[in-house]
Order: sequence, then structure tokens, then C-alpha cells
Amino acid sequence: MIALVQEIGWQTIRFVDHLGRLGVFAAQIGRAIVRPPYRLRVLIRATFDIGVLSLIIICVCGTAVGMVLSLQGYNTLVRFGAEESLGAVVGLSLVRELGPVLTALLTTGRAGSATAAEIGTMVATEQLDGLRMMSVDPIDLVVTPKTLAMILAMPLLSALFIVFGLLGGYVVGVGLMGIDGGTYLSSLQAAVGFQDDIAGSLLKALVFGVLVGLIATYRGYTAAPTSEGVSAATTSTVVVASVSVLIFDYVITALWGV
Amino acid sequence: MSRSPLRDLLVGLFVLAGLGAIAYLSISVGGLSYGGPGGLTIYAVFDQTGGLKPRAPVVISGVKVGQVASITLDENFRARAALDLDKSLRLPTDTSASIVTSGILGDRYVSLQLGGDEQVLQNGDEIAFTESAVILERLIGKLIHNSGVEK
Repeated sequence: MIALVQEIGWQTIRFVDHLGRLGVFAAQIGRAIVRPPYRLRVLIRATFDIGVLSLIIICVCGTAVGMVLSLQGYNTLVRFGAEESLGAVVGLSLVRELGPVLTALLTTGRAGSATAAEIGTMVATEQLDGLRMMSVDPIDLVVTPKTLAMILAMPLLSALFIVFGLLGGYVVGVGLMGIDGGTYLSSLQAAVGFQDDIAGSLLKALVFGVLVGLIATYRGYTAAPTSEGVSAATTSTVVVASVSVLIFDYVITALWGV
Repeated sequence: MSRSPLRDLLVGLFVLAGLGAIAYLSISVGGLSYGGPGGLTIYAVFDQTGGLKPRAPVVISGVKVGQVASITLDENFRARAALDLDKSLRLPTDTSASIVTSGILGDRYVSLQLGGDEQVLQNGDEIAFTESAVILERLIGKLIHNSGVEK
């Protein structure tokens, strides 16, 4: 019984400890962002790895999600004779929920895991120690560009996901189900507002970008310098980032109603 | 880190495509600015808005000419709707506004019927003649009540 309470206590301490270290880590990254040198070339390279290489999966998944939403929505709405609202259903679900959340989950799997593995391997092969010996701060050169690239890429990827989703929804709704194209678009435009929906969607994507970027780099940076350490860091990046994205999604929706 | 023209180009394209998607969502889908010139604000006071919402369209003969900017309570506890309309519209002062529904249970919107007066409404003017929304439940209630009295 005491052992159980002890275990709970130990896990709590570990959790708070991680949270504190993550806070310090985030503060170091924040300082590296505002303080010169600004490593623009490295940032572009990181944006290529994280953003451009995630494009295909984002576009394909966006289209597929839009298509299935349209199909499901149509089959439900047609029972109530309300298939004109299909644009609103597809649009609101994509903009408010599915766009930012699925983009964050896909990017976690595609780019977050790679980031953690890359930094973890650098830890295991003592490359970061090498940098420190040359008095180059690894946070400044390695970690910050990757985190920043994730924060910048997430809203852009999310917006692309939503646009491709709307396109997929249009193809199925108008092409397959025979809804009038103008009806789809006008119901979409009437339902989705900038302040209520689009701004909230971008805010969500930005928060998710910060979350995934921080967790991936933190897990890689603090990985144990062994091959097991790198694999554990990669796994826990995907798990922790996915769970916190979903939890923060609820919190943001509850607080700001987007 | 050396320059790589192809990589830089792809990153640039990615950023532009993303910004383009955000712009499309904001302006075209989100209606950040109503897709036509606004700038003429006219007020209309209603007894009952019946679920009229901001951003609902304002139409003349079924053609969209603006949208409802905001709905507030005035000092007499009536609903005061600000209508953001096309600046080039020259509406006679005896124009009337009514809240109507598309279909039986559809969305509410404001319809303007033009009068014949020579003077035109200026920015910030108030429409004198308004017709409130018809509440279906109240109509049914009246109908039941009336038929009960007749018996």
C-alpha cells in the first residue's frame, strides 16, 4: 500500500520535473530566437525537412478526409432533406477541428519523430558535445531552427489541409452526389466566419506547432545516449505530442469556443 | 550550410502556398471583408429579430448588397441592427426593412424594400419602417388560442 502511494508520488515528481525542465528549455529557445545570430539558412533547411516534405501526406490526407466527410455528411443530411447544408458541415468540421488536429497528428508522425530521432542520434554520437567544445550552443544551432520551423509550418500545413479537404468534399458532394456546386460553396461561405472559425483554427495550429516542436526537440535533446535512448525518445515524442495536442484542443475549444 | 537553389525554391513555394491557403480561407471562405464594397452603415430597429445573427445577408430583390454588422439593444429595449451596405447604394428615406426566413426553418436575413422618396439615406441614418421576424411558434399559438375561443 505504501509502495503504491510512493509510486504515485514518484511519478508526480517526475512529471513536474519534466514540466520544469521543459519550461527552462522553452525559455532557452525563446532567448535563442530573439538573440543574434539569426541562422536563417538553417531555418530554411529545417522548414524544408518539416514543411515541404510533409506536404504530400498533408494534401493526400486532407483530400481523403474531405471526401469521407462529404460522403458521411451527405448520407446523414439527406434523411432530413438538408443536403444543401453539406458545405457547412464539411467546412465547419474541417476548419474548427479536423484541419488543425489531424495536421498536428500527421506532422507529429512525419516530422516530429524524425526531429527527435535526429537530435537524439546527435546526443548519442556526442555531436552536441562536439559543438559545445567549439563553443557553439547546440540549442542555438540545432534545436531552435527545428522548433521555429515547426511553429511556422504548422499553420501553413493546416490551412493547406483544410483547402484540400474542402476540395475533396466538393468533388464528392458535387461530382458524385449531385449537389449543386453553388449551393455547396454558398452554404460553406455562410457558415464559416473569419473571427469565429478561421482565426481560431490558425490559433489552434500555432499552439499545436509550439507543442509538437517543443516536445520533439526536448525529447531528442534529453534522450539517453544509447540506441535504446533514441528509440525511446522517438516513441515518447509521438505519444506525448499526440496526447497533448488532443488535450490542448479541448482546452482551447472550451476556453475560446473555436 | 551552403545555398541550395532548388531547396530554397521549394521552401519559398511551400510558404507562399500556405499563405495563399490562409488568404483563401480568410477572404473567400471566411468572408473577412464582404465580397463587395461596404462602408454605408444604416441602422434598423426591430421589435423582434427572431434569431437574426451578425453576418446575415442584407438583400434587395434577392440580391445581396451587404450584411448585418451587429445587433444591440437600444434604450427602449428594442433590437438595433447595424447594416453594412454597399456605399454606392442610393436608398430612399422611406425604404423599409423586414426580417425574413429562407424556407420554413431556414436562416434569417434582412430584406429591403425601396420606397419612392427623393431624399436618400445617409451614413448612420435609421430606417423608419421595419417589419419584425415572424415567429412560427407564436403564430401557431395564436391560431390554437383563437380557434379555442370560437368554440
